[in-house]
Amino acid sequence: MDTRYHSVVLEEEKCKGCTNCIKRCPTEAIRVRGGKAFILTERCIDCGECIRTCENHAKKALADEFTVLEQYEYRVALPAPSLYAQFKTAKPENIISALYQLGFDEVFEVAYAAELTTFAIRSFLKKYFEHKPQNKPPLISSSCPAVTRLIQVRFPTLIPNLIPIDPPYLTAAKCFLREKLPLLNLPREKVGIFFISPCPGKITEIKTAQEKVVDGAFSFNTIFRQLNHCLRQKKPPAVNQLSSGVGIGWARAGGENLAVQVENAMAVDGIHNVVALLEEIEMGKLNEIDYVEATACPEGCVGGALTIENPFVARVTLRKLADFYGDRKLPEAVCQKAEALLEEDQAFFNYQNPLPAKPILQLDSDLSTAIRKMSQLEKILNKLPGIDCGACGSPTCRSLAEDIVQEQAQLTDCIIILREQLEELAQKLLVLAQIKPPAMGSLMEKEGKNDP
Amino acid sequence: MILEIPVESYNFSAAGEAASRVKKTLQRLGIDSQLIRRVAIATYEAEMNIVIHSDGGKIILQVDEEEIKVQAIDQGKGIADLELAMKEGYSTAPDEVREMGFGAGMGLPNMKKCADRLEIKSVVNEGTTVVMGFKNQS
Repeated sequence: MDTRYHSVVLEEEKCKGCTNCIKRCPTEAIRVRGGKAFILTERCIDCGECIRTCENHAKKALADEFTVLEQYEYRVALPAPSLYAQFKTAKPENIISALYQLGFDEVFEVAYAAELTTFAIRSFLKKYFEHKPQNKPPLISSSCPAVTRLIQVRFPTLIPNLIPIDPPYLTAAKCFLREKLPLLNLPREKVGIFFISPCPGKITEIKTAQEKVVDGAFSFNTIFRQLNHCLRQKKPPAVNQLSSGVGIGWARAGGENLAVQVENAMAVDGIHNVVALLEEIEMGKLNEIDYVEATACPEGCVGGALTIENPFVARVTLRKLADFYGDRKLPEAVCQKAEALLEEDQAFFNYQNPLPAKPILQLDSDLSTAIRKMSQLEKILNKLPGIDCGACGSPTCRSLAEDIVQEQAQLTDCIIILREQLEELAQKLLVLAQIKPPAMGSLMEKEGKNDP
Repeated sequence: MILEIPVESYNFSAAGEAASRVKKTLQRLGIDSQLIRRVAIATYEAEMNIVIHSDGGKIILQVDEEEIKVQAIDQGKGIADLELAMKEGYSTAPDEVREMGFGAGMGLPNMKKCADRLEIKSVVNEGTTVVMGFKNQS
C-alpha cells in the first residue's frame, strides 16, 4: 500500500500561510514553512479537519473527475446515504434516478449496504457478548476511515477493539461484484465502481486499498452541479430506492447505534471529541460501555468535509427521511439477505487485512536516542514561551521543541526568543555605542587609574 | 530522562492529566504500546489516589534502557493498614467520591497487577510514596 498517498492536498496559490489549519489538526500533521502549509504525510489521517478550517479553501481533496467514467463500459454508482441529505426537497428515489440520468448504468445504494452491515454487526456482537471478557474496553465501529486511521497512528492498543466489519460502501461494492458482475459478461476492468463520497477519508481508503474493490470516488462537490441540474427537471423517479430509514439514518451521528441497537452504546462525533474519548477508553475508564460509534465529522457523515449542505441542516433533513422510510426496524428482507450472504461466506463482511499499527509519535527508533532527544525536548520546551502562538509554523511550543530536536526547525524560529535575542543584542550595541574612542576621552578616564 | 508532574488534591477535572502526559511521553520514546497501556493505567490509579486521599503531590517518571519507573509521592494522611489497602474492594474513599464513580477499592490492586514491581512506603499523617517499576522489553 502507498501509505504516502493522501486525498487531502494543498492548493499552494490559495494558501496564505496562516496558522489556522496547523492548530486544528488532530495529529499535528501540518507545518507552515516558507509561507505555505505543508502536510507531513505519515501523520495525516485524512480526516478533512483542515479542509473545514481553511478560510482560503486552500485545502482540498483529490477526488476523481467525472471524465474518468469514459474509461468504463459499465458504470456503477455507490451513493453515500449522506448524499440524500444534500437536497431539501428531492427524495432518495429522485436522486437515484438522477444518477442514472447522469450516465451510471447501475446505482447500488450504500444505505442499503448499511442495512446489511447492520445485520453483520449485530451477529458479530451477539457472538462477542456470549463470551464477553469482563472489564474490557468497548468495541469500536470501523465505519469511519479517519477514526480507524487515528487509532492506527495514535491509539494502537485499541486496534483489537475495532470490529472487523467492512464499512457499508465496501459491502455495497462487494455485493455488486458477487451478484451483478457475473451477469454482465464483462471483464472486471471494463466495469467502473465509484463511491460518491462525503469525506476525504474514504477517498484515501479507496485509492490506497491493497486490493481494488472500488475503482474511484467522486466528491459531492464534483457531482452536485450536474445532479442538481437533473433534479431540477423534476422528472418522475424511474426507480424506487431499496433502503429503509435504518440504512439512511447511518449518515448521522448516532444512526449506526440506532440501527445496531446495542445496549450501553455510545456515539461520539467530531475528531477532537473522538480523540478525547479514545484517551479515556485507552485508560480503561469506559469499560462499562459495550460499543462506540465514532465519526470524525461533526454530526456524522452528513457533516463530511466534502458535503455542500450545512451539517445541522443536513442532519435534520436526514432525520426526517429516516423517519419517513422507517428507522425502527431492520426490514425482514434485509435480514434474510444478509443471513444468506453469511451462510455462503462467513467472512463476507469482514476486513481483508488486519489493520497494522502505524505509530507516528516516536522520536527515534532507538530507545537510548529517543530518551536523549526527549530530555533535550523538555529542556527546549522550558525555554519556549508556552503561548502556542503558531507563528513559528509548528502548532504548539511542544511541537516546535520536537521539530528542533528532529532538526526540522531552530530555536530562533520562535519569534519571542528571536525578540529576546534581539533585545540582548541591542543592549550590547548600546554599550558598544557608548564607549568613546581614545581620542575622545576614554584615555582620560583610564588615566587616573592606569597611567604608570 | 526525568519528568515531574504536580498533582492537586481533589481536583477531579484535572485528574488523569499526569497519566496522560506519562503516556504521551512514552509514546514519544517509542515504547511498546501494550507496555504503555499498563504504565498509563497504573499511573492513572496512582494519580487518582493522590487526588482522592492526599493533600497533593506529584508523579515522577524516569526512563532508562532497562526500566520505566513511576513514583507517586504525596503529602497527607498516609495509609494506616497497607495489607488491608491492597485488598480488592477495600476503600477508605468518602461517599461523595464514590458517588462520582471513583474510589472503588481497585487502585492499589490494579497497580500491583500492572507493574512489574511495586513498593509502597507510607507514614500516617505524613504521606505516601509509591514506586512502580516496569521492565523495558526492547
